[in-house]
Amino acid sequence: MTGRHAVHVRGLEKAYGDVRAVKGIDLDVAEGEMFGFLGPNGAGKTTAIKILCTIADATAGSATVAGHDVQTQRADVRRRIGVVFQEPTVDTYLTAEQNLRFHGELYGMPRRLLAERIDEVLEMVGLADRRHTEVLKFSGGMKRRLEIGRGLLHAPEVLFLDEPTIGLDPQTRASIWTYIAELRRRQDITIFVTTHYMDEAEHCDRIAIMNDGEIVVADTPEALKNRVGADRVSIRTSDDAVAIERLRERFGLDAAVHDGMVTVKVPGGAQFVPRLFAELGLAIETVTVTRPSLDDVFMAYTGRTIADTEQAGGASAMLRAMAARR
Amino acid sequence: MNAIQTLRDARPDRVVAGGLGHELRATAMVWRREMIRFRHDRTRMVAMLLQPLLFLFVMGTGLAGVVDTGGGLDFRTFLFPGVLAMSVLFSAAFAGISLVWDREFGFLREMLVAPVSKSAIILGKCLGGATTATLQTLVLLALAGVVGVPYDPLLLLTLLALLFVGALMLTALGVLISARIKQMQAAMPATQLIITPMMFLSGALFPMAGLPDWLAVLTKINPLTYVVQPMRSAVFAHLELPPAARAAFDPAITWGGWVVPGGVQVLVALACTGLIVAAGVALFNRTD
Repeated sequence: MTGRHAVHVRGLEKAYGDVRAVKGIDLDVAEGEMFGFLGPNGAGKTTAIKILCTIADATAGSATVAGHDVQTQRADVRRRIGVVFQEPTVDTYLTAEQNLRFHGELYGMPRRLLAERIDEVLEMVGLADRRHTEVLKFSGGMKRRLEIGRGLLHAPEVLFLDEPTIGLDPQTRASIWTYIAELRRRQDITIFVTTHYMDEAEHCDRIAIMNDGEIVVADTPEALKNRVGADRVSIRTSDDAVAIERLRERFGLDAAVHDGMVTVKVPGGAQFVPRLFAELGLAIETVTVTRPSLDDVFMAYTGRTIADTEQAGGASAMLRAMAARR
Repeated sequence: MNAIQTLRDARPDRVVAGGLGHELRATAMVWRREMIRFRHDRTRMVAMLLQPLLFLFVMGTGLAGVVDTGGGLDFRTFLFPGVLAMSVLFSAAFAGISLVWDREFGFLREMLVAPVSKSAIILGKCLGGATTATLQTLVLLALAGVVGVPYDPLLLLTLLALLFVGALMLTALGVLISARIKQMQAAMPATQLIITPMMFLSGALFPMAGLPDWLAVLTKINPLTYVVQPMRSAVFAHLELPPAARAAFDPAITWGGWVVPGGVQVLVALACTGLIVAAGVALFNRTD
């Protein structure tokens, strides 16, 4: 099984009338990888995921998930994937356990195994003591955890998480990610996640940046940041003017003062710091090295920040996001 | 943690069944969900009872003074099967369009991404809605004696069975509506728009004898007629009545002069139900 691609996509395209939501993308995700789809709302991430989950048809191109074609072997794909949708899909009138049982029955799991798995999954997502509670009484974070647990119930090979933290407060977002990372460490599973939060994309092994229906670039978060280039090194010294001059003379760097700090752009900022101390010949009071963020990466490849891109979508994008959250 | 180990052992190729047994389990589970939700809905159940009670005891009693039944027949006895059908009709249709909520609150998606056929899910939904709607009429059915309908076990079972067929038809109709209409604000009036005429044209509230042609034709093409009329005939079969009253209040359904037997009427109802379910499944295209 190893060496096979968990997700393999070629020339995938989806058009709604004249609007091309996905414009012919290629993509490979290795088994066991945590792969992130990053992009603003309306970039086509959800549409692409829907096709991979067999609930939407592609207009052109092909895709296999867990070794099966998403168009012609729908049931085979569905058995092997777990899906956590952007919008909540639990029945709030049922208890946590009833929701899981419903899922297991629909996936045709043998009864004894199902009972065991329900115990395990509830334990895993920390809801064992709430198993008989109606989901109505759950917080947003608990509902999400239940959904993630449910997505894992039938032991999928690939888990799709579409914006798993949307609409959650920062603290809950962080705990969901801790949980996903933990899951990843403990289980032999491929995780395919979409997000429009830059900071969340850093949890992935590899990221594809999607914008306007196209994959702009795909690589590891580290490589993407390196491609964008230099780190930012900011120092506070006893004499900024001298520091700027020496940086030019001795290191060939153009420095400027930003927010009271002398700032230079330099590749491999962390490696540069020891040299800086040794050769600047000035007392350095503080030093900060800032790696380019994925925000910078997005900006470098699309010319805009994610936030700008979303604002350009205007009211309609906002309404969509609100509708998704309900 | 041994969860990892179990997870590996539980990989889908070994875990997930397939075939008819699996489909039936899915249908049964969707049905069970309707039952669980039904238990939460006691208020709605009580509210749904009010309307038929008003029809039976207020309108029925009011009209009893002016309707000449030829003696020996309480007008409310005549009305009883019609009111039963009416009550099941509305609860069933609303159970059907609860699929609109399922869509809006996302649960439909959980059902539609599962490795089972859509037919299995829709069928479970229809059977579940029909069961809850039928259960709701039990309170009403218990009042049979009050309006002169004998508590004959066989009669009560027949009525329940026919009510279930009617409920299935209307739930399926509700499902059909929600396949196309995606907002509750629109689905509710659309449902009313369809089932209110169905109810009036089924002979639930008036006898079908001596109707003008246009009205007679409309009642005969209404599938619900083939649920209400067998119910009424079943009730009338347990009553001692002069032949004139029987002819006036429980006339035979005829197609171009042919008297349609009760069994055929039920078959017509079942066939229509089947068609509506099939149409509902077909309309739920997979991109929903």
